[in-house]
Amino acid sequence: MPSHAIKVENLSKRYRIGFEQQRKDSLAEVIFDWFSKPIKNYRRLRNLTQFDQQLEDSQDIIWALKDINFTIHPGEVIGVIGNNGAGKSTLLKVLSRITYPTNGKVELNGRVSSLLEVGTGFHPELTGRENVYLNGTILGMTKKEIDRKFDEIVGFSGVSKFIDTPVKFYSSGMRVRLAFSVAAHLEPEILLIDEVLSVGDAAFQRKSLGKMEEVSKRGRTVLFVSHNMGAIRSLCTRGILLKDGQLAMDGDVDQVINAYLTGNEVSAEGKVIFSEQDIPDDNEFGILSVELLTLTGEVKSAFQIDEGFEIHIKYKIIEPVKNQRINLRFITSLGETVFATYEDAQIREGFIREPGTYKAICQIPPNLLNNLTYRIRIGFDSPGYKVLIPGKEYLGVDIVDTSEGYRYADGAFDGPIRPKAEWSVEDISS
Amino acid sequence: MTATNVDHQLIIIDPDDKKNKLINWQEIWQYRDLFFFLVWRDIKTRYAQSVLGVGWAIIQPVFSMIVFTIIFGNLARVDSEGVPYAIFSFTALVPWTFFSSSLTSASGSLINSKNLLTKIYFPRLVIPLSPVIGKLIDFGISLLILIGLMFWYGVIPTIWTLMIPVFIIVMMLTAAGAGMWLTALSIQYRDIRYGAEFFIQLLMYGSPVIYATSIIPEKYQIIYALNPMVGVIEGFRAALLGTRAMPWNLIGIGSLMAIAFFLSGALYFRSMERYFADVA
Repeated sequence: MPSHAIKVENLSKRYRIGFEQQRKDSLAEVIFDWFSKPIKNYRRLRNLTQFDQQLEDSQDIIWALKDINFTIHPGEVIGVIGNNGAGKSTLLKVLSRITYPTNGKVELNGRVSSLLEVGTGFHPELTGRENVYLNGTILGMTKKEIDRKFDEIVGFSGVSKFIDTPVKFYSSGMRVRLAFSVAAHLEPEILLIDEVLSVGDAAFQRKSLGKMEEVSKRGRTVLFVSHNMGAIRSLCTRGILLKDGQLAMDGDVDQVINAYLTGNEVSAEGKVIFSEQDIPDDNEFGILSVELLTLTGEVKSAFQIDEGFEIHIKYKIIEPVKNQRINLRFITSLGETVFATYEDAQIREGFIREPGTYKAICQIPPNLLNNLTYRIRIGFDSPGYKVLIPGKEYLGVDIVDTSEGYRYADGAFDGPIRPKAEWSVEDISS
Repeated sequence: MTATNVDHQLIIIDPDDKKNKLINWQEIWQYRDLFFFLVWRDIKTRYAQSVLGVGWAIIQPVFSMIVFTIIFGNLARVDSEGVPYAIFSFTALVPWTFFSSSLTSASGSLINSKNLLTKIYFPRLVIPLSPVIGKLIDFGISLLILIGLMFWYGVIPTIWTLMIPVFIIVMMLTAAGAGMWLTALSIQYRDIRYGAEFFIQLLMYGSPVIYATSIIPEKYQIIYALNPMVGVIEGFRAALLGTRAMPWNLIGIGSLMAIAFFLSGALYFRSMERYFADVA
C-alpha cells in the first residue's frame, strides 16, 4: 500500500471574477456603448481563460487557494472546515478534477469518487430505476456494479414501491433519498464529500451518517467538507482549517474545531454590517447591521447547544413608521421554518416609531436548537399597512455539540429543535 | 504491506496539460457505461411526454421532402438528374438531417450539461460525442423510409451501396469534429451557440440537398467539396440512385476535411477542457 492516499503540494487556484459594470450617464455614452460592447465583451470572455502577465495583479483576480500543502494517509478521515469563501469547495473541486489548479500538484492514489451534490444528472422524465443507473455511472460505477448492488440501493432508499415511476412524480425527500442511496453504495478508495449530508430529513441524515461511518471504518480515505461540527466531530479524526484560501490549521479534529469556533476565524461570519450603498432599505427605512453575540458580548457564528445567544439588529428610521415590527425566523438547511418570533410588544393602534437609529435584541435561549446549521431570516413590516423590508436570510448560525455525553448520537437528534427535557426513572417494582 | 491492488490507479493533477493524450480512449472505454447511458437518456427523453414520440424523427425529413418537392421539384423545376425529385431530395435529406441535428445538439451539449461539468469528473469528450452516436437511431429510421421510397419508385441501388458505411463514418467525423469545436467555443462565448444554429441552417444551401452538385461550375467544385457533406450526399446519390458516377474526388477531399475537423476539434477541445467548469 502506498504511504499516502492524497498528497497536495503548493496547490494554488486563481479565478477571474466578473468585471465591474460602468455606469452610463448620457445617451451618447449609451449609444457608444452599444458599439463598443462586443469588443469589450469579447475581451472579458477571453480573459476568463487567459491570464496576461500584466494583468496579474488586477483586481478581478482572486486566489481561491494559495499554497496548500498536506498529505493524507490511507484510511484517514479528514474534516475540512472554514468560513464560506475560505476555499473548501474549490479544494474539493480541484481534488475531484472538476477544475484545474493554477500552480502546484496533487497526487491521488486509488479510485476516487466525489460527491459534490446528490443526484447529479438525475433526469425528471426517467424512472427511479433508470436514474439509479444513470447517476451511478456518472459517479463512476459500471453497469455491472450497479446491477449487483441495485436491490441494496433501492432498499436503503426506502422508495422501492415507486422505483418504476418517473422521478418527476417523487417528492423532493424521496428524490434525495434515492440519490443518496446511490452515492452511499460507491466503493472508492478515496471519497470526497461536500456538505451533502445537509440534505434529507433528520432520520435519513442519521442513517447516511451511519453509512458514512461504516465506509470510513472499512479503511477508506475520506475528505469531508461540512459546516456541521457535530458530524465532523463524530466522523473525523483529523481536521483541516482553511482561511482565505490558505491552510490555517491541520491537526487533531477537536483542536481544529475549537480553533474554528473560538478563534477570530468566525467573527467575520457572525455579523453583517451594511455599507452606505448596500443598506437594504426603502426610502424611509434601512437595516444597518445584524450580529450574533454570546451573552458576554462576543461576536460569533457558532454556539454550543447549551449556550444562549443574542441577535442584535441595528436599523434606522427616516420617516415615522406606523406599527413597525421585526419578524425573525430560524430556517433549517432544508428551508423549513423552525420558529418565527416578532418584535411587536409595543404595537397598538396608532403606535408610531419616530426617526432615529435603533437596536433590537432578540435572545435565543440555550437548549432550544438542535446541533444543525440554521439560517436567520429577518424582515420588517407594518402589519396591516405594508412590508417595509421583505424577509431575507442575512446570517447563518451553527449550533454545535461538543460535549462528551452525547458521543453516542451520530450528529443531530431527529427533528429541527432539541430542547432539554427533564427525565427521571424510578424503580416501581416493589 | 504485501497486498497490491491490481487495478491500482495513480492520478496526478497539475496545471500542465501538454502531456495529455489527444483523446484518451482508454479512459473513455472505462466510462463506456456512462457513454451508453447518456446516449440512451437522450434518446429516451427526447420525445418524452409527446404523443407521436419517435414519429418526430420521421416527420422532419419527410415534411422537408414534401415541401422541397413542391417548391423546387414542381415549381422551380430544379434538375433532379433523371429520378423523381422526391427521392432525389430525400436521399440527401437522410444524411443531412443526421448531420445538422447531431451537430446542433453537439454544439449545445456542454452548455446543457453545465450541471454535470461543475459537479463531477468524467471524460468531457463523452458529452459532445454522445449526441453524434444517439442521432444514429433517427438516421436509421429515416434510412428505412428511404428504402421504402426506393421500392415505391422502383429505384435499384448500385454496388456502391457497400460504400455507405464509409460515408456514415465521414459524416460522423465531421459532425463530431465541428461539434467539438463549436461546443468548446460556445461554453465560453455563448454567441457561438446562436450563430451555429443559424449557420447550420444556412449550410444546407451550401450542400447539394435541394440541387445537384452538377450545377456548380467545374472549377469551383474543389472548393465546394471542402464541405465534407458534399461528398457524403453525392456519394449517397451515386450509390443508391445511380444518377451519377461515384464522385471520388469530392469524397476524397471531403474525407480529408472530415479528418482535419475531427483532429483539430479534439485538439481544441482538449486544450479548453480544463476551463469548462470555470467558465460554464
